[in-house]
Amino acid sequence: MSSPFAINGGACVAMVGKDCVAIACDLRLGLQSLTVSNNFPKIFSYGDVYLGLTGLATDVSTVSDLFRYKVNMYRLREERQISPQTMANLVSTSLYEKRFGPYFVSPVIAGINHKTGKPFICGFDSIGCIDFAKDFIVSGTASDQLFGTCEGLWEPDLEPEDLFETISQALLNAVDRDALSGWGAHVYIIEKDKVTKRLLKGRQD
Amino acid sequence: MWECPNYTSQLHPQLRTKMEVLLGFTGKDYTIVAASKAAMRGATILKAADDKTKQLNKHTLMAFSGEAGDTVQFAEYIQANIQLYSMRNDTDLGPSAVASFVRGELARSLRSRKPYTVNLLLGGMDPITNEPHLYWLDYLASLAPLPYAAHGYAQYYCLSILDKHHHPDIDFEQGLKILKMCTDELKRRLPIDFKGMLVKVIDKDGIREIDYDMSKEVLPA
Repeated sequence: MSSPFAINGGACVAMVGKDCVAIACDLRLGLQSLTVSNNFPKIFSYGDVYLGLTGLATDVSTVSDLFRYKVNMYRLREERQISPQTMANLVSTSLYEKRFGPYFVSPVIAGINHKTGKPFICGFDSIGCIDFAKDFIVSGTASDQLFGTCEGLWEPDLEPEDLFETISQALLNAVDRDALSGWGAHVYIIEKDKVTKRLLKGRQD
Repeated sequence: MWECPNYTSQLHPQLRTKMEVLLGFTGKDYTIVAASKAAMRGATILKAADDKTKQLNKHTLMAFSGEAGDTVQFAEYIQANIQLYSMRNDTDLGPSAVASFVRGELARSLRSRKPYTVNLLLGGMDPITNEPHLYWLDYLASLAPLPYAAHGYAQYYCLSILDKHHHPDIDFEQGLKILKMCTDELKRRLPIDFKGMLVKVIDKDGIREIDYDMSKEVLPA
């Protein structure tokens, strides 16, 4: 037991395709090597924006609840949905507010900007430094493995169906090499006016 | 990229004892929550008929273990607030709402100067949908809704038994049989006598304690 980021385990990945984005997470919740739950999703939706949170499970819940509150307040004030870019800045500033006692989470954002129609993904460290990426973002205890699988499988301008296959294989093969992640997955494929959520079974050991 | 400092000395304050048994599972139309009856302090058993559960409202029961003073203090605080809600609104909170409230309070405490070191199981019946619920909460305020759950060393012995034998739609008699398998295994493998189990059932009629005989000797390993 050393890092709060590795107590509960979990993995999350986001990818850009042609006029679409994808975000996926595993379902495990554990205490060190003991698996407590195999149905603990780490992706949360805030209107058109999807937020993946890996790290300490208590902070995954706390932070997802906090953003539900903040995004609802934004929607009431502005009378419109929050854009992925605005959400990224909201996440960044909210995390930095806790600079000297951070939430132990590594967030990932995926969405399509409805004004420009452009796909958007980004990741953060636990104190809100934004990592913009044109290709993919990984986070969680299987992030090393995910970098490998994504680097090997991803290519530019994938169609939604191919993007689903790519992100699913990238996640599934990464978590099979990580003892703290796995037990199935949730995959979201986000297009301009359609979101498809799929549940993957994956290895159950 | 921000590097995480080493928190080994701060997290995981040695729980008073992992020997305390909390066990729970859901069935077709009920939830069973069981807790060991021994109140321990170091190597001494101070009490052999301890009740580690609190009724929060008509359909929700909370079982707790962890550091001596914290457990009862936190449980009574939660119980009082849930009862206050019921009196003010003339309705009970459902099990998921109760779980959410308890998690919120524990998470708030986690980032205070002296956090509560309390592990919880929340068993409930939704009075509207008539569905059984069980929530697992540890002292870090990680919340997981589960079909079956345990805390402490009991996890290592009971979860594997429940993995094999539990189904979401087991009836009450089958449930008791599985509970017996779990408690027999605990008696067989735990190094200390935990003085038997207090067993409570939550169903559509509310919460009741059941007579649970553990006096019979089990075969040694």
